[in-house]
Amino acid sequence: MKKTIMAVAIGAVALTAPNMQAMASEDLNFDAYRQMLADGNPAELFEMEGEELWRTARGPKNATLEQCDLGVGAGVVDGAAAQLPRFFADTGKVQDLESRLMHCMETLQGIPSAEIINGKFRQGERGKLASLVAYVVTHSNGKKVQVDLSHPKMKEMYDMGEKVFYYRTGAMDFSCASCHSQDGKRIRATQLPNITTSKGAAEGWGSWPAYRVSNSQFWTMQHRLWDCFRQQRTAEPVFASDVTIALSVFMAGKGNGYEAVWPGVKR
Amino acid sequence: MANPMRIRAAAKDGVTEVRVLMSHVMETGQRKDSSGAVIPAHFITELTAKHNDKVVLSAQFGPSVSTNPYLAFKFNGGAKGDKVVVSWVDNKGDSRTDEVQVA
Ligand code: HEC
Repeated sequence: MKKTIMAVAIGAVALTAPNMQAMASEDLNFDAYRQMLADGNPAELFEMEGEELWRTARGPKNATLEQCDLGVGAGVVDGAAAQLPRFFADTGKVQDLESRLMHCMETLQGIPSAEIINGKFRQGERGKLASLVAYVVTHSNGKKVQVDLSHPKMKEMYDMGEKVFYYRTGAMDFSCASCHSQDGKRIRATQLPNITTSKGAAEGWGSWPAYRVSNSQFWTMQHRLWDCFRQQRTAEPVFASDVTIALSVFMAGKGNGYEAVWPGVKR
Repeated sequence: MANPMRIRAAAKDGVTEVRVLMSHVMETGQRKDSSGAVIPAHFITELTAKHNDKVVLSAQFGPSVSTNPYLAFKFNGGAKGDKVVVSWVDNKGDSRTDEVQVA
C-alpha cells in the first residue's frame, strides 16, 4: 500500500514540476489580476446586507445598532474601523471591530455573545456579524490606519501580540513569523506580506476583511487569523479571544499610517 | 427571496457604462456536499437590462458563471437621471429586478 502511495506521489511531482517551471518563466501579472478583481468586489453585497442589519431592529430587545459606539461616538461608522482595535472604558477591555460589534449586539439587541463565540463562521449570528463588519470597514476604505497605542492596556496587548507572533508551537513548530517574515513571497495569487515590517503589517491588516473569489466567501480578520492558526497546525483560537485581538493590535499598530483597502478582494 | 443587486450606471460622452453585481449562489449541479449528496443546480438563466423601457442587453447565463456574478457593459445613449432596470430569472423560477438612475 505504502509503495503505491509513493509511486503516485512521485508521479505527481514528475507531472507538475515542468509545469511549475513554465509558470515561473512567464510574466505572471498578478497586479493586473488583482486590479480586475477589485472592480466589482462582491464584498459589496455583504456590505449592503450589513448596512441593512445596522438599521434593522432585531434581537430580544428589538433594537437597531444605530446607537452602537465603535469608539468615535455613538452611531458613528465613518472612520471607526481605521482606529480599531482600541481600549474601551465602558468594557475595560481592548476590543477589535468584531468583539465590539458583538458587545453592541448583546447590550443593545440582547443577542448573547455566546451564540456568536460558539457559532460557526459565515453562519447564524456570526455570519450576520461578518456582514456588519463589511459595512463598517467600507466606511474606512482609503483611510489611514490610526491605532492609538498609548493606553497601558493597548501596550500590553501589542506586546502580547508580538510575543504570539514569534511564538513557535504546534506539530511543525511554526510561528506566524515562519511564514510571514520574508519579503516578496507569495502563495498562489496572494502575496504573503512580511508582517515584521510596518509596510507588510499594513498590507496584511489593511486588506482584510476580504472577499475570496476562489470560494465566493467573505472573510473577516477573525476568520483570517483562525485559518492561519490552522495553517500553523496549532490549536484553534476562540472567536474574539484575547490572543486574536492581541495579534490584531500588533499588526494594526505596526501598520499605523498606511492606507487601508477595505473590504479587500483576494484569490 | 433573492437579495438585491448592486447596480451603477454612469453616462459619459454619449455612452452609458453599467456595472451590475448580483447576489446568487450559481450552483452548477455538479458538486456534492460533505455527505456526498449532489447539490442541486441553481443558477441564473436569463438577464435583461433596460434603458428606460428599451432593452439594451439580453443575456443567457449558465452554470459556468461564478457565484455572485459581476457584469459590466456599455450602451450608446443614456443621460443623467435616466432609468436603468436589470432583471434576472433563474432555473428555479426565482427572479429579481432592481433599478438605478444614471449618474
Ligand atoms: C504555514 C504558514 C503560515 C503560518 C504559520 C501563518 N500564516 Fe498567515 N498566511 C499564510 C498563507 C498561505 C496566507 C494566504 C492565504 C490565502 O490567500 O489563501 C496567509 C495570510 C495571512 C494574512 C493576510 C495577508 C494578506 O495580505 O492577504 C495575515 C494578516 C496573516 N496571514 C497573519 C498570520 C498570523 C497572525 C499568523 C500567526 C497566528 C499566521 N498568519 C501564521 C500562511 C501562514
